[in-house]
Amino acid sequence: MHELSIAAAVVESAQDTARRHGASSVEAVRLRVGELSGVVADALRFSFEVVTEGTELAGAELVIEDVPARARCAACALEFAPGVPLRLWCPECGEGATELVAGRELEIVDVTLPLAGASCDGGSAPQGERQGGIV
Amino acid sequence: MCRVVDVRQAVLARNDGLAAGLRRELDGRGITAVNLLSSPGSGKTALLELLLARAAGRGVPAAALTADLATENDARRLARSGAPVKQVLTGGLCHLEAAQMRGHLEGWPPEGTRVLFVENVGNLVCPAAYDLGEALRVVLMSVTEGEDKPVKYPTAFGLANLVVLSKTDIGGAAGFDGDAFAESVERVNPGVEVLHTSARTGQGVDALLDRVLAVCEGSRPHRPPLAGRHLREHRHEHGHEHPRDHPRDHEHPHAHPGGPGALPGAGLPAR
Ligand SMILES: Nc1nc2c(ncn2[C@@H]2O[C@H](COP(=O)(O)OP(=O)(O)OP(=O)(O)O)[C@@H](O)[C@H]2O)c(=O)[nH]1
Ligand SMILES: [Mg+2]
Repeated sequence: MHELSIAAAVVESAQDTARRHGASSVEAVRLRVGELSGVVADALRFSFEVVTEGTELAGAELVIEDVPARARCAACALEFAPGVPLRLWCPECGEGATELVAGRELEIVDVTLPLAGASCDGGSAPQGERQGGIV
Repeated sequence: MCRVVDVRQAVLARNDGLAAGLRRELDGRGITAVNLLSSPGSGKTALLELLLARAAGRGVPAAALTADLATENDARRLARSGAPVKQVLTGGLCHLEAAQMRGHLEGWPPEGTRVLFVENVGNLVCPAAYDLGEALRVVLMSVTEGEDKPVKYPTAFGLANLVVLSKTDIGGAAGFDGDAFAESVERVNPGVEVLHTSARTGQGVDALLDRVLAVCEGSRPHRPPLAGRHLREHRHEHGHEHPRDHPRDHEHPHAHPGGPGALPGAGLPAR
């Protein structure tokens, strides 16, 4: 049950975001959870409720987007669903030289804050930079 | 009436960052860390006792860090080898994290150590998600656990650089089906090497030590397909939040934060 540790890391990150944006509460946190991330969504929801109690995230909604697993064959470039139970062999050419391209995600997509915060006027947001290639 | 702040950060970014730092630091100190993962009782400590003794016999300075929820029994067993040993009590936590590792690696193991074996908490689920800065991840299972364990725990076995089948001395009594096991491993981790070991007969212990020393010498371990190049190498690069605040009330006056279409333009870049 490492969902408790995962939930704690989510809360820590969301708190950080809320503080930097001058918000005293959080409406929602959105996560992308890959099929092969080893995290159970229900256990995570339960843990999130426990961990947020008494914090500025109390009552915040945890939105979980499931990301299906995808693998790519190195030989024929076919993208396929490796399935449950997992089989990482190319269904087309039988190659074992494959690579997972999606399905192990465990990331915070965004945090929804109430509009009442100090930094909601345009241009007052803290510095940051856009990063490409998110997985 | 709310605004959405993009974060786009791996939940375990902090652990991943710490692990990457540890990997660099250990590398600088000439230490190769080996993360040993298995379910409880698969024989990690028994195998480590032999590995430490054989490493000493070959003149290779090795040390061990062993993690358990409770008791120092494993450290006591391992210390008999004469190697530097530390017990990590995780205080109920079901896995080791990079932060705990780092706490134990200040000024330890002693200078000159070549290999640091890390015995993770007996568990096939949770430890799999936590990078500890290891150069080699070895996942064990014993002959009594069922040939299909790898398919049941795809993340653990799928991310192994090396798989060990332990307690082969009792494989016959357990009616162990070697072919079914090999197939199960290949499904989740095509191309990974499987070593057979026994702490009773000593089978495979030297071969395992050879693999570890090869990594010490700079040979690249098997790269598991499940690790996915993108997934691993890009994970640490998203520590920055970028602002994308915008009042959304006029667009979706009562929009549920997770509702469909609640986040226009937030789609992931195509790959
Ligand atoms: N027959 C046989 N028994 C073994 C072997 N290796 C370990 N055992 C026995 O299996 C039991 C568990 O071994 P440990 O080495 O404590 O297993 P572990 O993986 O370290 O256990 P945890 O740290 O609790 O997860 C002990 O009773 C060992 O004597 C082996 O190669 N053959
Ligand atoms: Mg042990």
